[in-house]
Amino acid sequence: MDRLLELGPEFWVAAAETLYMVALTLLIGGFFGLLLGIVLYATRPGSLLSNRAVFTVVNVVINFFRPIPFIIFLAAVQPLARYVIGIGIGNNALIFSLSIASSFAIARIVEQNLITVPPGVVEAARAMGAGPFRILRTVVIPEALGPLILGYTFVLVAIVDMTAMAGFIGGGGLGNFALVYGYRQFEPAITWAALLLIVIFVQGLQFLGNWLARRVLRR
Amino acid sequence: MALVALKNVTKTYPPQAKGGRAVVAVDDVTLEVEPGDVYGIIGYSGAGKSTLVRLVNALEPASSGSITIDGRELVGLPERELRGIRLGIGMIFQQFNLFDSKTVHANVAYPLQVAGWSKAEITARVAELLEFVGLADKARNYPDQLSGGQKQRVGIARALATSPRLLLADEATSALDPETTHEVLELLKRVNREFGVTIIVITHEMDVIQSIATKVAVMDSGRVIENGDVFDVFSDPQNPSSQRFVSTVVKGVPSPAELAVLRERHAGRIVTISFRDGDASQAQVFLELANAGLDFELVYGGINDIQGRAFGHLTLAIRGADASIDAALATIGSRVEVTEAR
Repeated sequence: MDRLLELGPEFWVAAAETLYMVALTLLIGGFFGLLLGIVLYATRPGSLLSNRAVFTVVNVVINFFRPIPFIIFLAAVQPLARYVIGIGIGNNALIFSLSIASSFAIARIVEQNLITVPPGVVEAARAMGAGPFRILRTVVIPEALGPLILGYTFVLVAIVDMTAMAGFIGGGGLGNFALVYGYRQFEPAITWAALLLIVIFVQGLQFLGNWLARRVLRR
Repeated sequence: MALVALKNVTKTYPPQAKGGRAVVAVDDVTLEVEPGDVYGIIGYSGAGKSTLVRLVNALEPASSGSITIDGRELVGLPERELRGIRLGIGMIFQQFNLFDSKTVHANVAYPLQVAGWSKAEITARVAELLEFVGLADKARNYPDQLSGGQKQRVGIARALATSPRLLLADEATSALDPETTHEVLELLKRVNREFGVTIIVITHEMDVIQSIATKVAVMDSGRVIENGDVFDVFSDPQNPSSQRFVSTVVKGVPSPAELAVLRERHAGRIVTISFRDGDASQAQVFLELANAGLDFELVYGGINDIQGRAFGHLTLAIRGADASIDAALATIGSRVEVTEAR
């Protein structure tokens, strides 16, 4: 316990780093995931902008990257991170890799939720003379918003999980804190303190997501 | 000029699997819908009627043939121009297809936003439409707070928002109970009468046709097998499939099984007399039988009213001397159709 008090400042820095990584990844990965998910939904056969070539390419790319274990992906993408954001280590490099990985996961979740919008509703909008982009923006996404929020919440928890690997490429965060000060120094109390805070984060995010989805669904 | 004219329209779907057979959903259909018509299209599910109506507002492109709306050819028109045409055609659906995430007001406002109306114009128009369908107090509610009938009324308000000349109703009452069906059909009648909107009604229920349509087309396996004035098709269906539909609402000639039961219960000769508007009246027929000193009773059938015109089949059991029955039937037969069951 004394050791934990001693490490107090580092602990809170690590917590802030975790929040920073999660927030930025959600922003970037969430944006590109939404985009990719909409592309998947809209280009699938029989959909609003059905295009077999685009659908197949995006689908194959996602299927290729999705099963790669993140810790390997992190190593594999390092040269690309160095090239794009100028650095291959640290929190920002993790955000870079995690944004890519999570956008593929989010794309699938977005696609799955958009598919649940009844085709009849889309047809009704088409019958009213609305174009495909207007329908995506004003019908498909609003109709699927509740489940979309729950899907994002689900991914968000996975993102918190994956930020714990930042230490592997020289980043920080609560995961790194737990490993460096807890596990390696035989201080289970420290490991557990980090763990508890992560659990609190996750619970808070889940609660927020549920609350938002409920508001949107009016239930 | 016809508002909607279909000429040799065919819709073929490519085979589902490699080596499979192409599906012909609509097969060489030619139809004309005049302004002000309530045109019923009836058929069993899979007869191609829903596909047909989707060709009319180009939700699906026809494979061949010509479809004109108000003289304008749709087949081959680019998607962008078709959108403009769809704005001028309302459509309502079996499952209502309301936007669950939007209020009743926003649902009705949607086509107006697509049409580029200003906010003030939209507010005024939506209020007017909700007033017309009797849901002015539900503007702020969401669709899942409404009953089926109310949902369809919102659907109708939404379909009428841009003041279309043509309204397509795809099984619009099939998900509703009889009471609500009646309510919605009455509303559609008002739409036709008060706004002069031409309506194409797709249904598998003959009583829907009976209560609102002026013309009807019977579809089977993608083809229109019979069409014309509702009265003509109802009073004298030519095709076996049409006869089956008509028999669901019109109690006509007894079937052989029913005939056997009638014979068991009633003595005398069983004769069916078919009345059509303009023929001899029932009074004249009964008077003839009475004057011949015959004893008769009504055992089967009924008289129907379609568009204010009456027709029907009455089956009588007639008792008396065979010669006087023959004489009386000959006299009656010169005025109306008489068939004796053997």
